[in-house]
Amino acid sequence: MANKKYMLDMTVTENKVLGSLYGLLKLVPSDGSKLPLTRAGQFVQVEIADSKTTYLRRPISVNYIDEATNSLWLLVRKAGEGTRHLTAASVGHKINVILPLGNGFSMDVKTSDRLLLVGGGVGVAPLLYLGYKLREAGCEPEFLLGARSAADLLMLEEFEKVGKVYCSTEDGSAGEKGLVTANSAFNTRYDRIYCCGPMPMMKAVAAVAKEKNIECEVSLENRMTCGLGACLCCVEKKADGHNVCVCTEGPVFNTKELPW
Amino acid sequence: MVNLSVELGDLKLKNPVLTASGTFGYGEEYADFVDLNRLGGFIVKGTTLEPREGNDYPRMAETPSGMLNAVGLQNKGVDYFIEHIYPRICQYKSEIIVNVSGKCVEDYVTVCEKLSDLDRINAVEINISCPNVKQGGMAYGTTCEGAAEVASAVRKAWGRHMIVKLSPNVTSIADIARAVEDAGADSVSLINTLLGMAVDVERRRPYLSTVTGGLSGAAVKPVAVRMVWQVAKAVSIPVIGLGGIMNGHDALEFIMAGARAIEVGTANFIDPSVTMKIIDEITEFCERQGVEDINELVGII
Ligand SMILES: Cc1cc2nc3c(=O)[nH]c(=O)nc-3n(C[C@H](O)[C@H](O)[C@H](O)COP(=O)(O)OP(=O)(O)OC[C@H]3O[C@@H](n4cnc5c(N)ncnc54)[C@H](O)[C@@H]3O)c2cc1C
Ligand SMILES: Cc1cc2nc3c(=O)[nH]c(=O)nc-3n(C[C@H](O)[C@H](O)[C@H](O)COP(=O)(O)O)c2cc1C
Ligand code: FES
Repeated sequence: MANKKYMLDMTVTENKVLGSLYGLLKLVPSDGSKLPLTRAGQFVQVEIADSKTTYLRRPISVNYIDEATNSLWLLVRKAGEGTRHLTAASVGHKINVILPLGNGFSMDVKTSDRLLLVGGGVGVAPLLYLGYKLREAGCEPEFLLGARSAADLLMLEEFEKVGKVYCSTEDGSAGEKGLVTANSAFNTRYDRIYCCGPMPMMKAVAAVAKEKNIECEVSLENRMTCGLGACLCCVEKKADGHNVCVCTEGPVFNTKELPW
Repeated sequence: MVNLSVELGDLKLKNPVLTASGTFGYGEEYADFVDLNRLGGFIVKGTTLEPREGNDYPRMAETPSGMLNAVGLQNKGVDYFIEHIYPRICQYKSEIIVNVSGKCVEDYVTVCEKLSDLDRINAVEINISCPNVKQGGMAYGTTCEGAAEVASAVRKAWGRHMIVKLSPNVTSIADIARAVEDAGADSVSLINTLLGMAVDVERRRPYLSTVTGGLSGAAVKPVAVRMVWQVAKAVSIPVIGLGGIMNGHDALEFIMAGARAIEVGTANFIDPSVTMKIIDEITEFCERQGVEDINELVGII
């Protein structure tokens, strides 16, 4: 099940500033090697070199893999020193990356399934690649993206290329006003929900899914150290009471497995 | 050709580079990044008699050039190790050393008795220094009597090489080292993590669920080198040095301070292939300085 992992030097080919808080990085393997096969929902561990304060790697979701240009896209929110450093990388800069890590979203879908991909804030990151993969599988995924305000709705045009997009903003500056769980998208009957975002949002979406008896997968963002299943720092308690490593058995979990 | 092989009493290693318990899983997790057969050996995750769930999340906080952990010996227990993990990893040609923990002396003894059936396990590392568990662990490692009690009990049950892993959270680590030497230890390894703490001031609460945790990584290296030097002067059994080793130079610091072998811990998280680089860097250093045998450098300070 676990695919082979690689440690690669990658070169920044593009770094797009998105608002004051976000950056979209595009990276290609510096030695020209082909990017390994990666599942949607998997993540990478990025080394933050020459930072005075960041010692450990930082986990970042695979936002998209552009096979035509052999490039890996990372959508990064400036949460602290490490991510701030990452978003400041200039074109040509080399970044060491370990990939692909984790399990990824499940792809056992029927083409007739109605699928809703719900993202909040930077949690929209893994949903872009997931959307493309679901399209490849013959489905028509729909997106529900939530943010504080219009300025925090990330990569909207990219999502619109893949499927129908619903939006919710807390201040009503774009889409419907309110939380994603109040969005009219939920008036439709979906067969499965995929969700990534802040913990309270994922729990609220999982509750709606449970009530309506819809399959729901969430991607967790526990603090990581190794990303390889070796240190046991990133654990989440499952419904059966046992701790599992989010970096190897996750980051994606069916909410039925969690005590939510 | 530089000779890198070392002998820890009756335990022969093809080179002095081992991996530290709890930072290298069971070796397999790193198989995509290192040639496990090239290591001097790997020391597996702390193993206890019964399965343990470990402490609650969050268990890790990054600190300047280091990290705090509060994993709390999560493992599936010795029987699971013997039935499911050992059969998978016994193929590797490096020494496989089991790190053993317990909440009472009998636990340590029983785990070692069970491990005696495994013919590829030539050594155990007795952990009397884990700061992240309430019972046992570091409680034994902080007094000479406690340390000697565990070491002599295990000595009676375990006929092969016994490493005792020492805690740095003591006033005189040399005294503890002498006590376990007298109790029959074949070697000592040091240091385990230093007890530390970090506070998230925005949220006004500690980063770790356990409030305190064990500090490791580059930040602890000078303390660890000093302790290895003190212990190497105090005992006649071999010393294994660890704490913050990030590269070959760091490893050589420990060797010159008195370590016959070294363990690499936290560095594996940052560069999973670091152990291979350390072996190469030690070799290059010896070639450059005209050292034919790594043993020439042990304890020259
Ligand atoms: C699988 C996975 C995928 C991810 N994908 C993405 C992604 O695609 N894009 C993205 O931008 N981010 C993503 N993240 C989150 C990202 O990894 C973090 O934002 C990043 O590690 C923060 O590092 P930093 O150095 O910038 O901030 P830090 O300075 O390390 O921390 C930022 C904030 O977290 C707090 N904090 C620090 N340590 C702890 C602790 N031990 N426990 C609780 N809080 C703490 C700090 O007080 C601070 O407020 C992902 C995380 C995971 C696990
Ligand atoms: C996440 C983590 C888990 C650890 N688990 C164990 C353990 O199970 N048994 C043990 O004896 N030491 C354990 N240690 C301590 C290390 O083996 C080592 O003594 C310490 O980290 C210092 O070395 P380093 O700075 O190179 O990491 C652990 C350390 C870390 C960081
Ligand atoms: S981050 Fe080390 S086990 Fe998950």
